Amino acid sequence: MEHGLLLAAALFSLGLLGVMVRRNIIFVLMCIEIMMNSAALAFIVAGSRWQQADGQIMFTLIITLAAAEASIGLALVLQLHKRFRTLDLDAAAEMKG
Amino acid sequence: MSDKLFQLLPLVFILPLIGFVLLAFVRGRISENVAAVIGVGSVGLSALLTLLIGMQFMSHPPAGGAYTELLWNWMNAGGFAPKLALRLDALSLVMMSVVTGVGFMIHLSASWYMRGDEGYARFFSYMNLFIASMLFLVLGDNLLFLYLGWEGVGLTSYLLIGFWYKDVENGLAARKAFVVTRVGDTLMTIGLFMLFHALGTLNIQDLMQQAQTVWPQGSTELTVATFLLLGGAVGKSAQLPLQTWLPDAMAGPTPVSALIHAATMVTAGVYLIARTHVLFELSPLTLECVGWVGGLTLLLAGFTALTQTDIKKILAYSTMSQIGYMFLALGVGAWQPAIFHLMTHAFFKALLFLAAGSVILSVHHEQDIFKMGGLRKQLPLTFWCFLTGSLALVAFPGTAGFFSKDEILFEAYANGHATLYYMGLFGAFLTGIYTFRLIFIAFFGEPQAKVHVPHGIDHSLPLLVLAALSLLGGLIHLPLDSVLPEAHISAAMQQMERPLQLASVAVSLAGIAIAWFLFHRNRALAASIKASAVGSLLFRYWRSAWGFDWLYDLLFVRPYKWLAQINRDDVIDVIVGGIPVAFHRMNAFLSATQNGQLRWYAGAMGIGACLVIAVVVFL
Amino acid sequence: MILVWLILLPFIGGLLCWLGERVMGIKFPRWVALLTMLLSLGLSIMLWMQGDYSLAQIGTSHPQWVVEYQVAWIPRFGISFHLGLDGLSLLLVVLTNLLGVMAVVCSWREISDKVGFFHLNLLWNLGGVVGVFLALDLFLFFFLWEMMLVPMYFLIALWGHNTPGGKGRIHAAMKFFIYTQASGLVMLVAILGLVFANYASSGVITFDYNDLLKAHLSPQLSYLLMLGFFVAFAVKMPVLGFHSWLPDAHSQAPTAGSVDLAGILLKTAAYGMLRYLLPLFPQASASFAPVAMWLGVAGIIYAAIMAYAQTDMKRLVAYTSISHMGFVMIGIFAGTQMALQGVVVQMIAHGISAAGLFILCGEIYERLHTRDMRKMGGLWSRFPYLPPIMLFFCVASLGLPGLGNFVGEFLILMGSFKVATAVTIAATAGMVLSVVYALILVQRALHGVPNAETHPVSDLSKRELVMMLSLMAILAWVGLFPQTILNTSNAAMHNVQQIYQSAQAHSGAGTP
Repeated sequence: MEHGLLLAAALFSLGLLGVMVRRNIIFVLMCIEIMMNSAALAFIVAGSRWQQADGQIMFTLIITLAAAEASIGLALVLQLHKRFRTLDLDAAAEMKG
Repeated sequence: MSDKLFQLLPLVFILPLIGFVLLAFVRGRISENVAAVIGVGSVGLSALLTLLIGMQFMSHPPAGGAYTELLWNWMNAGGFAPKLALRLDALSLVMMSVVTGVGFMIHLSASWYMRGDEGYARFFSYMNLFIASMLFLVLGDNLLFLYLGWEGVGLTSYLLIGFWYKDVENGLAARKAFVVTRVGDTLMTIGLFMLFHALGTLNIQDLMQQAQTVWPQGSTELTVATFLLLGGAVGKSAQLPLQTWLPDAMAGPTPVSALIHAATMVTAGVYLIARTHVLFELSPLTLECVGWVGGLTLLLAGFTALTQTDIKKILAYSTMSQIGYMFLALGVGAWQPAIFHLMTHAFFKALLFLAAGSVILSVHHEQDIFKMGGLRKQLPLTFWCFLTGSLALVAFPGTAGFFSKDEILFEAYANGHATLYYMGLFGAFLTGIYTFRLIFIAFFGEPQAKVHVPHGIDHSLPLLVLAALSLLGGLIHLPLDSVLPEAHISAAMQQMERPLQLASVAVSLAGIAIAWFLFHRNRALAASIKASAVGSLLFRYWRSAWGFDWLYDLLFVRPYKWLAQINRDDVIDVIVGGIPVAFHRMNAFLSATQNGQLRWYAGAMGIGACLVIAVVVFL
Repeated sequence: MILVWLILLPFIGGLLCWLGERVMGIKFPRWVALLTMLLSLGLSIMLWMQGDYSLAQIGTSHPQWVVEYQVAWIPRFGISFHLGLDGLSLLLVVLTNLLGVMAVVCSWREISDKVGFFHLNLLWNLGGVVGVFLALDLFLFFFLWEMMLVPMYFLIALWGHNTPGGKGRIHAAMKFFIYTQASGLVMLVAILGLVFANYASSGVITFDYNDLLKAHLSPQLSYLLMLGFFVAFAVKMPVLGFHSWLPDAHSQAPTAGSVDLAGILLKTAAYGMLRYLLPLFPQASASFAPVAMWLGVAGIIYAAIMAYAQTDMKRLVAYTSISHMGFVMIGIFAGTQMALQGVVVQMIAHGISAAGLFILCGEIYERLHTRDMRKMGGLWSRFPYLPPIMLFFCVASLGLPGLGNFVGEFLILMGSFKVATAVTIAATAGMVLSVVYALILVQRALHGVPNAETHPVSDLSKRELVMMLSLMAILAWVGLFPQTILNTSNAAMHNVQQIYQSAQAHSGAGTP
């Protein structure tokens, strides 16, 4: 139980760190996937702990969400690449206040 | 019949007022001659009218010794109801005669002096306005009406000192005169407030009656009120400590100096105190101070006059010192001699100024006496007139000044003010020196400048008339008994009159002799005295008029300017302006977080989530 | 009904100006505006001639109105369209309409852009001010109070000048708007507080002035509400500390705007104090009086020093306004009959003299294209008529006896002397400082040698000359025959004084 949650937390932190430090948008997307999966893992662990089906339902939901997110994210990546000719995320920092 | 003539009283000031309006509105579109006719004529007519009214007054005096004419009720608010009313009694008649009579002579002379000036009509419009205001001042039945004239003459004095406006110096002098006198006027206003609230009226006669019933002799409230009135008088009459404006006022054209800063306006303070004499008699402390102010001023001005080189400034300081005599007279209770001296002073000082003006024009606007010299032969008429005026000024026996000054000194002695008497006597000595210093330097000795001899009746007539008045004016008996208290002098004192007269004659003759010795016979000696250590120190000190200008500059003018300067951007505006600045700063800070980079947002979200969880868990 | 017309006329006239410009050309709005204002002026003078303003009001706390008009507006909340006229409001309405005429005339040549819209704003502003002077319903009062701000904002923002060194007209307009709007909101809160307090005690919701006069308030609440009103009026007056919008607004505003601001808008504050502050919260005002009076004194002196330091002519005159309104403040809170009567005269005289000076500033600007006094000098020899007229108004503003301002100042100080001696003595220092700033204006602008690179300038036209001479005549008339004005306002002021005096005696404040 503890190990599962610790693993989820470690994965989530790694993902967050990745989102914060990587410049390449593909890597950022991948890191987001990792964070989602870590959350999903946490649900599974919790579900098995309390012997409830809710955890698995949430897992299915997250997987679906991740798939949708990945497709929209990749579409955005294509658009970004088309417009800026780079995959560098900072090049898109146009919403500066 | 008698009333009919008195009813013309308003005409006396309406005529100059019409002259002012006419001249002000044509604005230089008329020739000099027309302007002169309007300007001089209006004052001439009112002088004539004054003469008629005066004769009527002497032959058929009105009941109670005074005639009052109500013009209209000025205002009425909350129990304060001053009236605009004229009061003709012996005192105002004397003042009115001086103002219109001497004023007319000076106008006549000015029509000669100002010829060719681009502001000829403007000059006469101001002069007429001045005469009208001065008449308000002397005829006003009410202290508020008097104040109207009082400020009016202040304004016209300002306008005329700064008449040649292109020179910035003149403007500064004019402003100084207005501001300094305004300080006195403001004190006087507070005095008016006090008097009204204590006595419920500002009518001068009522005031004097009520004061006697309301206040005991020497009450504190009355003393304060009279001190405030004295403040006004001191400002207007250029006495200590508000005397500094008068010498600067000489920046105006010479007829202005003659009219305003010698004969009429500067004596308004004397008039004010004489007019409200009952109030001052009720507060002996103030009266004592009046005397001391006069005594100190006359000495201070006398010493300063010794060191001046500008002919007009010498005369200005001598005016200051002569008004000092009048204040001294008021202070010792010699009311009638004070007014008498006011009149004779108007004669001879106007004469001196007009003659000085004639000199100044003759030597092409040179005012330094050391650059004149030898004018006696070149300008005989002017010289003799100037000499007559000077003799009257030093109270040479037989001249007008002798009678009036002598009466003042005698009453000062007789009323037991010995110190003031000796101050006056010493002042007479100084007068002798500085007056004849001027004469010996400017009119004797070697000619130094080319001279253009003035001529024309408008030049000579006023000089001659005023010279005659300066010689014979002492014989006029002023009918002041109905207004001002008479002097009561014990028989023992009557005995003293002759010796005292001799003393003052001796003193002024000694002054003349010293002037002759130092400035005619042996100028080297004068120069060496001036060059010695003590001499030069005193000379410098006296020349700066005892450092009052310096002191006031240090105490008031500079701090004020400094304050205005450092606060030019309005510190309050800056503080209030801090609010939008603070908003801008905050905005800049917050918008810096909106940097468009995903990682910052993600990081912020992470930190935020941690914080929220921490809050939930630990609280 | 005549009161409604007084308000409506400018609004209709303004609308006509705006609509008519497109069809009839640029001259049309000017004439329409002039005619409208003349009509309003005629109407108000007619009211003056006909009415009897010496109605005795002693003994009743319920003031009587010479003309009154009331229709229900929002009856549910006790709001009605209630107008009333007494001597005080009449005088200020006449002043408003008179200066309105002047404002139209003086912008005859100055404004050439969007003339119709300009006059719309000017007239709507004037209409709002007239409404403020007539309103007897607090909601209506607040409505009109805000009503007059918006057009003023446009006047400054659209037709203002951008003086070099200044922050621009938009900035000035913004500052003006924020100041007055924010303080207006405080007043709204105070009005609502008053209404609810009255509701709590009497069970009736009403915004009517006559009813609210009878409201029973606890001292603390009353003090708080009084402060709410005070802030709004203090900003408008302006009192020291709340004044910094004024110099900016004046220096950027077009001439008509300045005339309007100094001549009329500032008077609404004094009017508000006399009509609302003192009668509604007499006790609280009486205990607040020393603070208010010392603020007045500080304003007099501070603004006089500020005026001395200015180089922009209009800013100088703007600061003199603050200084003069300090006297008004002292007079109002002294609350004696004499002082209050002085306040009325001072308001009128200052309205006219400040308007005159601002018009002159505008005329000089039109000719020289600068208001910087360092660049002027020697105007005396360049114009025949302008300098003496300028001198006249300067002299009036320094309080020369015989002109209106003197009567006002003297009565105020005389009336306050007994109540607050120290304040009065400190305020008289303002009389000396006023000489300093008035003469520095004369000195810097008129005296001296004319500048070398002078181009020939035309003197005042007949239009301008007539305008200035009539203002001068009125000022001299106020100075010499103030009785006409004093009689008109006597009853109204007596009423205020009655209410206030009993409170003064009660609170014991105000005694030196």
